[in-house]
Amino acid sequence: MIEVALWTSLALVVAAMALNVYRLTIGPDMPDRLLALDTMYINSIALIVLLGLWLDTKTYFEAALLIAMLGFISTVAVCKYLLRGDIIE
Amino acid sequence: MTLHLLIEGVASFLLVAGGAFIFIGSLGMTHLRDFYMRLHGPTKATTLGIGCMLGASMIYFWASEGKPEIQEVLITIFLFITAPVSAHLLAKTGLHQKLKHVDKTAGRPAELRREEVGEKPVPHPDRGYD
Repeated sequence: MIEVALWTSLALVVAAMALNVYRLTIGPDMPDRLLALDTMYINSIALIVLLGLWLDTKTYFEAALLIAMLGFISTVAVCKYLLRGDIIE
Repeated sequence: MTLHLLIEGVASFLLVAGGAFIFIGSLGMTHLRDFYMRLHGPTKATTLGIGCMLGASMIYFWASEGKPEIQEVLITIFLFITAPVSAHLLAKTGLHQKLKHVDKTAGRPAELRREEVGEKPVPHPDRGYD
């Protein structure tokens, strides 16, 4: 049962990442691309969790935590750059 | 055996629900028409989806290893704290750049009023023209 659920979830997350790449490519403005990139970070965390379930190991959770932190920091940094023209004032 | 089947069913349901939430969030981000609408999808649906998926992973490893771990809870709490912050900053960036919005988008903050963009002035709702 859990194999079918794993494959279904994997297909949905990969389709979601394809939609994110589409928005990242055509996004008319800079915040649209930034939003697409932020969503791609979250979807990659989901992919890493699915990989950990697939390989039946807990090795990759630190990588998921690291991607979560770096995604948040980079989103905030680019937002500050677009808002103020500078990151650390 | 029955309990094990029940745990596997709950984990499978949470996995499929998480994948569906993530897909719906990304679909909303691709499909909706202006930036302020597009901000809805990822910041709510995708965060809930990753929460469901991490819950499934936690239940699965709890069942297979016999003792609970809190690493997934750490990722979930971190994402649930940081997602509104980044969404707020993205909304501020969109308002700062005066991105275009369709007429169905509700709410007219000061950054999006017409006189701020240089079009015809509109009266203040209480004071009129001043």
